[in-house]
Amino acid sequence: MTERPVTEADLQAYVDDRLAPPDQCRVEAYLAEHPEAQQRIDALIVQRHALRAALAPIADEPVPSRLDIRHFASRRRPAVQRPTWQALAASVALLAIGAMAGWQIRDHAGGRANGIGALAQEAADSYAVYASDRQHPVEIAEPAVLSQWISRRIHRLVGVPSLDAVGFRLLGGRVVATPHGPAGFYVYEGAQGMRLGVLVRPMTIDKTAKMAEHDFGGVSGFAWADRGLGYSVIGTASASAIHPLAGRIRQQSTAMSTIG
Amino acid sequence: MHDVMPILEPLIPGLRRYARALVRNAALADDLVQDCLERAIARWHQRRSGCSTRAWLYAILNHTAIDEARRATRRGRHLSIDDAMPADLSSPATQEQSMFAHDILAAVDLLPQDQRSVLLLVGVEELSYAEAAEVIGVPIGTIMSRLSRARDRLRGLLDNQAARPALRSVQ
Repeated sequence: MTERPVTEADLQAYVDDRLAPPDQCRVEAYLAEHPEAQQRIDALIVQRHALRAALAPIADEPVPSRLDIRHFASRRRPAVQRPTWQALAASVALLAIGAMAGWQIRDHAGGRANGIGALAQEAADSYAVYASDRQHPVEIAEPAVLSQWISRRIHRLVGVPSLDAVGFRLLGGRVVATPHGPAGFYVYEGAQGMRLGVLVRPMTIDKTAKMAEHDFGGVSGFAWADRGLGYSVIGTASASAIHPLAGRIRQQSTAMSTIG
Repeated sequence: MHDVMPILEPLIPGLRRYARALVRNAALADDLVQDCLERAIARWHQRRSGCSTRAWLYAILNHTAIDEARRATRRGRHLSIDDAMPADLSSPATQEQSMFAHDILAAVDLLPQDQRSVLLLVGVEELSYAEAAEVIGVPIGTIMSRLSRARDRLRGLLDNQAARPALRSVQ
């Protein structure tokens, strides 16, 4: 009976203690006949254990609070010199955590899978992906073109709300995917680059619903539905700061749908 | 995304260990892990199903470390291992043990980056060879040969060190 010859990969797997018993026997038989190889492999096994032991204390340390992902949403990175893309990654993560917390709240509270709860969640998701994008937050900047595009895709005539009077400039928007079909998503920018997202789509469940506040941890906002069209306004600003903006958008959308 | 935390959290100690072994500076290592976690959360939905999440995370950390090392080189910053040791090895070990830990880690520092990563991922982080191949982005055969070279080289370095105990390395 001829056995498969021992390879260098077998020897390394032997050092790592990852061989199946028959292979292990095969390697041991080989090593027994090759004292130099045996010496080398013994040294490598000792080395592997030494390296693990040298680094083991690090994994036993308590995880510093800045790496506790449950705290990501509530803390900011200390102001050391960091390239801006890292700050960007951080903001994306904060928003993602917000969205994630939202999912959890939704799962626990139930009843958010549909209606304006779902709408708010979709707004938070789109906000996390697009509003945090410093380079390409929007696809179309021109309000008339944007309004036309979104209206065509959601089969509803929608205008683009203006928030210039309250200090939020329209950056533009895009069509986004939701579990309930296409939606329009607008992004506005206020002082200090603070961004606001507005999601609009047709509603099948809560065709008309009073304005409700939604909090997703890092992001919060308000959602409502009016005659089958749902709106959700979302941002990292405080709910009390977003509320008047939501009121303004509702006013404009009501006026628009009355005309339409 | 509600599944992020239970998957990520148990991996953090290992990620910290790997980062510390790579950069040998506690604050810098935790910066890398923090960036890694932030990137992972931001890209959570981009994970390909069927791939190991652990490998995916170590891959992000590895890229983060390589990016950071390039940037540090551009800035002309040099991290001497004497900056990092032995305080960073916050081990309540005996003097003798920490001296030995110091020596083996100092020797690991002298390995080329590609060998060091494989040695740590397989030998310490216990990634499978396939996972290590995924992290580094090379075939398993390459992982095996790098592992072999890394271990032999480390053995040589440790033998030299034993012969010349005053040897100190600066990266």
